[in-house]
Amino acid sequence: MSDDGNSVTPDGAEDGTVLQKPVDRRGALGMLAAGVAAGAAAASACRPLNAATPEERELRVLEWQEFTQKHYRRMTDAERAETIQRIERLAKIRHDEDVTIATTDAQPGVLFGYAFNISKCKGYRNCIEACINENNLDRASDTQYIRIFEMEDGGINLEEADATYQHEVPAEGHFYLGTQCFQCANPPCVPVCPVGATWQEPDGIVVIDYNWCVGCRACMAACPYWARRFNWAQAEVPLNEVNPNQHYLGNRARKKGVVEKCTFCIHRTRKGQLPACVAACPPGARVFGNLLDPDSEIRWVLANKHLFRLKEELATEPRYWYFSD
Amino acid sequence: MHLRAFLLSALRSATSGGRRYHLWMGGLTVIMLAGGYAYLEQANHGLVVTGMNDHVSWGLYISNLAFLVGLAAAAVILVLPAYILKDVDFSQAVLIAEGVAVSALVMCLAFVMANSPGWPWKWWRLAPGVGLLNWPDSMLAWDVILLNGYLVLNLAIPFYILYSHYVGREPLKRKYVPFIYVSVFWAVSIHLVTAFLFSGLTARPFWNSALLGPRFLASAFTAGPAFMILLLGFIRSNSEYPISDSAISKLATVTAVAAQVNLVMLLSELIFEFFTPTHHNISARYLFFGLGEHDALVPWIRTGIALNVTATITLMIHPLRKNPRVLMWACAALFLGIWVEKGIGLVIPGFIPSPLGEIVEYAPTWVELWVTAGIWAMGMFVLTVLVRVALPIELGVLRSPHLEDSQPYRVVRPRSTRTRYPDVRPVRKR
Repeated sequence: MSDDGNSVTPDGAEDGTVLQKPVDRRGALGMLAAGVAAGAAAASACRPLNAATPEERELRVLEWQEFTQKHYRRMTDAERAETIQRIERLAKIRHDEDVTIATTDAQPGVLFGYAFNISKCKGYRNCIEACINENNLDRASDTQYIRIFEMEDGGINLEEADATYQHEVPAEGHFYLGTQCFQCANPPCVPVCPVGATWQEPDGIVVIDYNWCVGCRACMAACPYWARRFNWAQAEVPLNEVNPNQHYLGNRARKKGVVEKCTFCIHRTRKGQLPACVAACPPGARVFGNLLDPDSEIRWVLANKHLFRLKEELATEPRYWYFSD
Repeated sequence: MHLRAFLLSALRSATSGGRRYHLWMGGLTVIMLAGGYAYLEQANHGLVVTGMNDHVSWGLYISNLAFLVGLAAAAVILVLPAYILKDVDFSQAVLIAEGVAVSALVMCLAFVMANSPGWPWKWWRLAPGVGLLNWPDSMLAWDVILLNGYLVLNLAIPFYILYSHYVGREPLKRKYVPFIYVSVFWAVSIHLVTAFLFSGLTARPFWNSALLGPRFLASAFTAGPAFMILLLGFIRSNSEYPISDSAISKLATVTAVAAQVNLVMLLSELIFEFFTPTHHNISARYLFFGLGEHDALVPWIRTGIALNVTATITLMIHPLRKNPRVLMWACAALFLGIWVEKGIGLVIPGFIPSPLGEIVEYAPTWVELWVTAGIWAMGMFVLTVLVRVALPIELGVLRSPHLEDSQPYRVVRPRSTRTRYPDVRPVRKR
């Protein structure tokens, strides 16, 4: 066991990939703390080292670096760049995918808001499909961030709604109400995380560092809108369907055993594009924009429509409003 | 010199015993191995091998955690009277109570590990300095600190006392009593914080109740002493260790009172949930009556409540409580009843229906059941070893071979006056 475990570090050092950069105290401690663990992790692979191909060796070094990597918010720009390079390389080795992972920060003067027109939505669920494709959601378990509830006219009790309808839409006497992560201004899912792996960005998006999450699922218990999903097994996305345009905090490959959620398509919206669900909606029931821009469409909706939000009494302050024409 | 001898004697004491003892430990080992295999399955394939899903995202593991934190906290029922109020009856039993706390905490931490998939070493991310502990915001971070701290306290205090006896010294009060005071508050807080972990979540109306913390304490102080009575009864009939009748009867009284308080709280929850039905009571409706065809937990919770009520009434009747056989059965029923009610009966309905009203039911898989059985076996294994080491030392049988005067040392801590001269009560000086 120790043979296999010890050999990872010297190998890396020889290649100059592990100890190339100057190591600060915290980094060194981190490496020490994780060293034992990583040794065991490497041992658990149970492959004799001398039989390893150079690519397998590289993979093991990269996995060790991934395991000991810092919290995303504590990384310097150089460390971020290095991390991104590693993740891209890992995607190449593991799945032969060529992906580009962005770390675009929140743009100054931007706070995202979303509005959903319940009189326009017809329940087509194109948004769900677009979301699955855009965000590389697990096809095996049919993970979906968006729920479309078919509601009977005259009530908004979700307990009586049906999110699994299988018939021609729109159904007579019904309307449709979509949910996803509401990126609450006061998100109950954030403080409960024991390791601080989830937080709210300055533009209002609640994100997760998938490499830091330990998978305890406290955030899933805390969300009043059932917006979070867990990777119960390794996510599967067919190679030709992978969206290579990714963000570290968004749609990049998730490991087994971590939580994920809607990020308002962070990889698109931070570049000024619309979220995939908004772009895909045939009747145009979805409005998205910058709440801080007085000329934005979302601001017009907020100023001119009758609005409601779900579970206002919980004081979560969702940045996601419902309105009707 | 002494420490090495202590560890060796402890090892010898824990590994030697009669046929029944070896069968017991062997049986536990087999269950642990099976549990270990199930854990490996889960670590390799992910939690997909469990019955949990995106709707019911916590299951059997967290249910057992909620229950076992209570068992650990209940040591305070003996620690407080024995060390601080100088209760002579509990002085023999208190080390065993601390052993129960240690084994319960080992199980708690194991259930936390089992609940998070993958290999446990990823928890380095919690480590101070290198990791990021989201304290004081996260209740789970509090729980991690408190559970580990309580484990250290309950290992260190008995170790100091046992080791002192082993090397023929009287343990110094000023060295351990301050930690006793800390551990008393610590015991209450581990369980309250575990309750706050649930009750702080506005997303889950079923848990979001101010009564949850007190109810956790009441149920802990029921199940804990009930377990202690069973254990002490077993030790008394299988060893020389002096456990007085009055220790058992005092524990029985504590159990009876706590069980009644627990039922009062259950009643007030039921009135609160059902007197004026609202949308908020839908999880309670699911638990106690079922929602349409979804009623998996109804027989479960009704069995639990029947066990609780029957056992509580039994304990309330003096002649029945004073009958050792009846007492044992009542305590076993109570322990099981609380486990049913506070484990699965508390955790699962919190997720059903989901916050958006969808109903997905939960049933544990074989992997979960085996991991759970393995962790319980591990806890019982730890407890057996601890008791096995503590008893001979306290009886004065096991002493350091390096002592000059190696004749069996007078039993000191269990105030021997009581056992030798049962009629003489020690005079307390004012």
